[in-house]
Amino acid sequence: MWPNNPNNEGGMVGIRVRSVGDGLAGLMFIAFGLAAILIGRDYPIGSAMRMGPGYFPTVLGGLLTVLGLGVLVRSLAGSAAPPPSFSLKPLALVLASVLAFALTVERLGLVAAVVLVVGISALASEQFRWREMLAVALIMAALAVGLFAKGLGLPFRLTPF
Amino acid sequence: MDLLGDLALGFSVALTWANIGWCLVGVALGTLIGVLPGIGPVATIAMLLPVTFHLAPVSALIMLAGIYYGAQYGGSTTAILVNLPGESSSVVTCLDGYQMARQGRAGPALAIAALGSFFAGCVATLILATFAPPLAELAFKFGPAERFSLMVLGLVAAVTLAHGSLLKAIAMIVLGILLGLVGADPEVGRMRYTFGIPELTDGINFVVVAMGIFAFGEIIANLEKGNSREVFTSNIGRLWPSREDFRLAWKAILRGTGIGSLLGILPGGGAVLGSFAAYMIEKRLARDPSRFGKGAIEGVAAPESANNAGAQTSFIPLLTLGIPSNAVMALMVGAMIIHGIQPGPQVMSERPELFWGMIASMWIGNLLLVILNLPLIGVWVWLLTVPYRLLYPAILVLSCIGIYSLNNSVFDVGLAALFGLLGYIFIKLQCEPAPLLLGFVLGPMLEENLRKAMTISRGDPSVFVTRPLSLSMLALAAVLLLLVVLPAVRRKREEAFLET
Repeated sequence: MWPNNPNNEGGMVGIRVRSVGDGLAGLMFIAFGLAAILIGRDYPIGSAMRMGPGYFPTVLGGLLTVLGLGVLVRSLAGSAAPPPSFSLKPLALVLASVLAFALTVERLGLVAAVVLVVGISALASEQFRWREMLAVALIMAALAVGLFAKGLGLPFRLTPF
Repeated sequence: MDLLGDLALGFSVALTWANIGWCLVGVALGTLIGVLPGIGPVATIAMLLPVTFHLAPVSALIMLAGIYYGAQYGGSTTAILVNLPGESSSVVTCLDGYQMARQGRAGPALAIAALGSFFAGCVATLILATFAPPLAELAFKFGPAERFSLMVLGLVAAVTLAHGSLLKAIAMIVLGILLGLVGADPEVGRMRYTFGIPELTDGINFVVVAMGIFAFGEIIANLEKGNSREVFTSNIGRLWPSREDFRLAWKAILRGTGIGSLLGILPGGGAVLGSFAAYMIEKRLARDPSRFGKGAIEGVAAPESANNAGAQTSFIPLLTLGIPSNAVMALMVGAMIIHGIQPGPQVMSERPELFWGMIASMWIGNLLLVILNLPLIGVWVWLLTVPYRLLYPAILVLSCIGIYSLNNSVFDVGLAALFGLLGYIFIKLQCEPAPLLLGFVLGPMLEENLRKAMTISRGDPSVFVTRPLSLSMLALAAVLLLLVVLPAVRRKREEAFLET
């Protein structure tokens, strides 16, 4: 896997400033924890002996909220880390390509869906080249049809017709 | 049955042409994704699960296991030639491996990595065969209380041994458990967190979570980093290590194998931890530690032996106790369940051909890997020159097809995109995603055993501390947590992960 553990960098910096990333992480955990409790408030709790569907999730939701608070508090005085920067272009394009697959694979068929995934996602690279993109799209479409649809017999619609 | 008889049974299964073939497919794929940075065994195994529907269960597991330990071989190639870890378990191999390559000694570095891995693989296979049966025996004595405590221990160990913030890692586990509870309640059938969506009745498929977080999230994060690589393709040099190399390396290989095997068995262990520990110990034991980081062959031999040993022994908790110890093993649980096998101690007695076949296949796989990685090293080096901008669209296509094929569900693909967003946020906020996947897989089992244990004890929670086995596991978990929280140990632990 790619070494995406910037933790190491964070720990090396000597100055003690707030960690925006940790603060956001704390807020995220609190949000998930509270959501688990709130959405699950109608689930029967039951008793310790006969736990209902709501027992375990509610306990976990509470635990997650507390842990989130802990992360949030520590972010105020914890080790320093540069604030995270989000780049929206790759995020949007990669997710859009996956959603395009979901929207088209059953209506337009496998070939179109594969070409769309490659076409949209390739735009996310800084070194985008039309010819390369087309070549990858054609190879992947051929592979998808040959290996997955024909070879393994997965039930795909191939074309819209 | 005795060990030899069991192993003979295993080899009779693993040595059929079909299974040798699937083993080869697995280890070749493993090497491939090991060599390529940006895609790891978790995403690959998740991607290939639908393909294994069509295979016999034993062939499927042989292939999937091959991907994991094969990746340990491949990872070293990238570490040595490009100074990038192809796998996270090869991070430390970069330090001395790349220096060796710069000195024109890439060949011996690659050869020692492969030979050390092979030795470690053979030993780990034997350890697996020797220690799994008695552990499974013990696991049969487990009731719901013991199983609950064991899973708690596993989860605690997973966070304490991992690096990064402990608090965040625990929170990620809890979040994973909560996500695992989505769907119909197992006892009364009440829908939980389904928002009225019928596709969520059976819960979120773990492949969707794994792909979203480990494939999509990583791709997005990699893309914004951009990348440039410098590959020592032309200059691998003589492959065979010199007599002096062997003299320096053999002890490191032995120690690496021992450390890797041991740390692999621990819940939360696996390939990564062993490689770090082995490197540090070599550095500490060396007569001249200053050689490390400047192309010391022990610095390649030890971690590469350790990561392969650890990859294989991490199957022990899965096969004997039914508890996955890392994210890859969590996927193996899913693979086994897809094939109608409930992981746990009964696998060994009820499906001996499966259990021993898989173990025997690991030895065969290691042999295949040496052949794949030494004479054919040129192929993998050539693959390294394929730029990422061509790779990631292909990975995305294969991922989409894999997710859709699970249930022919468009909804799953969309949900995976959502988890991709979540995975990207995790990476950005430095929340290690592996514990989440572990919690996700263990969540339902954890709840089931908790409820059973509490019903049996008539609502008395002391059942977890009055049963000796359960108590000792919880105590061990508490000790582990305490150790990490203690300031002295904590500093050491951070040092350990930073130094390297």
